[in-house]
Amino acid sequence: MPPNLIPRALFRAPAELRALIAAHPRFYSAHPPHARLNVPIDFSTTPLLHHTASSALANPELPDSVRKHSKTVRQQLHESINSALRHALTEDDNVLIFGEDLAFGGVFRCSANLQSDFGDSRVFNTPLSEQGIVGFAIGCAAQGMRPVAEIQFADYVYPAFDQLVNEAAKFRYRTGTTGVDCGGLVVRMPCGGVGHGALYHSQSPESLFTHIPGLRVVMPRSPSQAKGLLAASIASNDPVIFMEPKNLYRASREEVPVDPYTLPLSKAEILKPGKDVTVISYGAPLYTCSDAITHAEKDFDCSVELIDLRTIYPWDRPTILESVKKTGRAVVVHESMVNAGVGAEVAATIQEQCFLRLEAPVQRVAGWSTHVGLVYEKFLMPDVVRVYDAIKKAIEY
Amino acid sequence: MLARIPNKRAIALCSRIISRPGPLRSQKRWNSPQAVVQQPWSDSLQFPGAIHSKFTTSLQFASTDPKDAMPTFRIMDAEGHIVDSSRAPIDITPEEVTKMYLDMLTVSIMDPIMLQAQRQGRLSFYMNSSGEEGIGVGSASALSAQDTIFLQYRETGVFQYRGFRLEEFMNQLFANAKDYGNGRNMPVHYGSRDLNIHTISSPLATQLPQASGAAYALKLQHLQNPSTVPKKVVACFFGDGAASEGDFHAALNIAATRSCPVIFLCRNNGYAISTPTLEQYRGDGIASRGVGYGIDTIRVDGNDIFAVREATLKARELALTGEMRPVLIEAMSYRVAHHSTSDDSTKYRSGHEIETWRRRDNPITRLRKWMERQGLWDEAREKEAQTRIKKEVLKAFNDAEREKKPRLGNLFEDVYEELTEEQREQMALLRKTIELYPEEYDVEQFEGGLGGLDKR
Repeated sequence: MPPNLIPRALFRAPAELRALIAAHPRFYSAHPPHARLNVPIDFSTTPLLHHTASSALANPELPDSVRKHSKTVRQQLHESINSALRHALTEDDNVLIFGEDLAFGGVFRCSANLQSDFGDSRVFNTPLSEQGIVGFAIGCAAQGMRPVAEIQFADYVYPAFDQLVNEAAKFRYRTGTTGVDCGGLVVRMPCGGVGHGALYHSQSPESLFTHIPGLRVVMPRSPSQAKGLLAASIASNDPVIFMEPKNLYRASREEVPVDPYTLPLSKAEILKPGKDVTVISYGAPLYTCSDAITHAEKDFDCSVELIDLRTIYPWDRPTILESVKKTGRAVVVHESMVNAGVGAEVAATIQEQCFLRLEAPVQRVAGWSTHVGLVYEKFLMPDVVRVYDAIKKAIEY
Repeated sequence: MLARIPNKRAIALCSRIISRPGPLRSQKRWNSPQAVVQQPWSDSLQFPGAIHSKFTTSLQFASTDPKDAMPTFRIMDAEGHIVDSSRAPIDITPEEVTKMYLDMLTVSIMDPIMLQAQRQGRLSFYMNSSGEEGIGVGSASALSAQDTIFLQYRETGVFQYRGFRLEEFMNQLFANAKDYGNGRNMPVHYGSRDLNIHTISSPLATQLPQASGAAYALKLQHLQNPSTVPKKVVACFFGDGAASEGDFHAALNIAATRSCPVIFLCRNNGYAISTPTLEQYRGDGIASRGVGYGIDTIRVDGNDIFAVREATLKARELALTGEMRPVLIEAMSYRVAHHSTSDDSTKYRSGHEIETWRRRDNPITRLRKWMERQGLWDEAREKEAQTRIKKEVLKAFNDAEREKKPRLGNLFEDVYEELTEEQREQMALLRKTIELYPEEYDVEQFEGGLGGLDKR
């Protein structure tokens, strides 16, 4: 939709509220006046994003043709997801896109203009029923299509849990030699904290899915990653849970290759090499980790390796284990609560396989074992201080 | 941005109620044909949620009087007589009707043999379909072999009619090396790609929204290549108990809104394990719900194979007409069988009740009476068929029981398209454990023994 046609007025706060916010700049989000560590992420300078075309095209995981010939464009995360969906719809007639409120462009604009360009038989709204959406998608996939279903918020995926766990994940296994599967299935869902999402617009239920053999669980950290990983998820012959950190939809912006490309699944990426501590994370907290590492390296004169898991399951154990064998110290960071979270699996695996190399206990910096109460989010999610302090503890142990 | 409900309202506002000038109205962007506005002089409701409802000044709640129950379509009575003598003769060849009879007979002969085998501990589990053979066979006979089928588990007649062979049933039941499911599923969870029948899974009603999606895929594949891909339907079977699951609601609603060519076929046999229908629902069965979703619906006598067949033929035609659509058939029957081999149904219903149904009215004897009257069947043929089928069942039984179990590697394979690095490590760990404690495991009954755990 051309931007001038969006009825923005309908989505904007009334004038009185805008005035109130202007008068009280800390109404929604700000940091304490004397904070040194817990200051907002500056996405315009973070080393995790490609601020130039040459940096974006230097990624060795990109196909040669893309690296040599593709142009790049500055995109936000929701725009790069839109590009990936657009490429998928263009390249393969079997790709379908559906979910709640998806036809007009989606509540996060990820499917903007797709229905008008590809028709309402391939891009469409469903009734408001998550179990219906996923069940319908499994049926499409079992019949040879490549459906990309959207759950409006990861917080609302639970009605579809049975379809995902008992059906999608086990489909190939139980059909055996009949060779029928639902591998064309991708379920996209916005996840993670956004500052004011409270109980049901903040959750990151990835560990509930990493406990399910048969599902692939993917979470990108940036627009260029999202484009390549979503394309790979759609091409994958296994069902994929694709979780999109919604606070990055508009906050993160970087140069993204215009040509289509895929990035490898089940492959972690070393974002920053280091010698003394390995920090392992995925999705939005990587930016928190990056800021914490900058401070920690300066303050403690150490060298920290930062790794993005990217695919949370089946995960790239060798890359993580190799790194920890080198550094001897590990910190795992994620937003969702610590109890039985992804950190537990990563920490236990490190403990089993790097026992003799470890010089400090593996630490988990994660959400506390509670819910995302509206006004408490800053005290709940892993912040720069907690990651910084974990690196400190690891080094000083 | 975040709140779900205000957002939906905002969307509804901009897409439906507010009429805007300019290009938005001419671009059919949101599937909203035109603005819905309540005119003050209108005699009917014009709100977006219901645009054809007449106003009334009489305060009257819609009735749920059981006397208004939806009628049951029947062609042939319990004695095999055609009820409406003025109707055209049954349009069916002697070969076809004989096949249908023999298919029902085969299921009814296989069932007690396998039940017995389970009782002897030779089989872990079994579910028979006595009393409901007509629904499976009758409906399957009305479908094209290309139509996709999703089942619950008590539809052996569908497999039998489509050509699933006795050895295929037995291989699955004994979970041997020839079982298509690689010995992973409980008995009776059959599946066949060649016959376009999806593999059965235990969770109830999950197949319903999947059937809607599959039907949508078939429709789209036809629309994308109308000259090479014929129109096909999906048939989806389920019991009256499964219809209480949320997936039933999801499936019918999405099938209706997306115009999916799917025939939902409910076997209403009066019980969900021990729960009688009175504790399952208070409405007029399952059929009354179809109408609420905007789905063409019929109730048929499930013991009347001709009624099931004719209703399914018509449903298929309706499903493929125009922009295509779902159809609901509720086939009434009685579960003569115990729920499964893990159930003794006399604990919650009388043996007398069961026996009465078995003797007085069942789909097999009904069709037999009709065929005898047509000169298509007699006692001699019945005896010959019974002896022959029993022999064939026992032979397939013995052959399947003698086969080895599938390769041990099947435990790990097919979870993903490829084995993961973690799974390879675990396979090696299991192998090592068995090698350390060889007396504790029986690997020889599996094809390839311990070697079955080697990488493929």
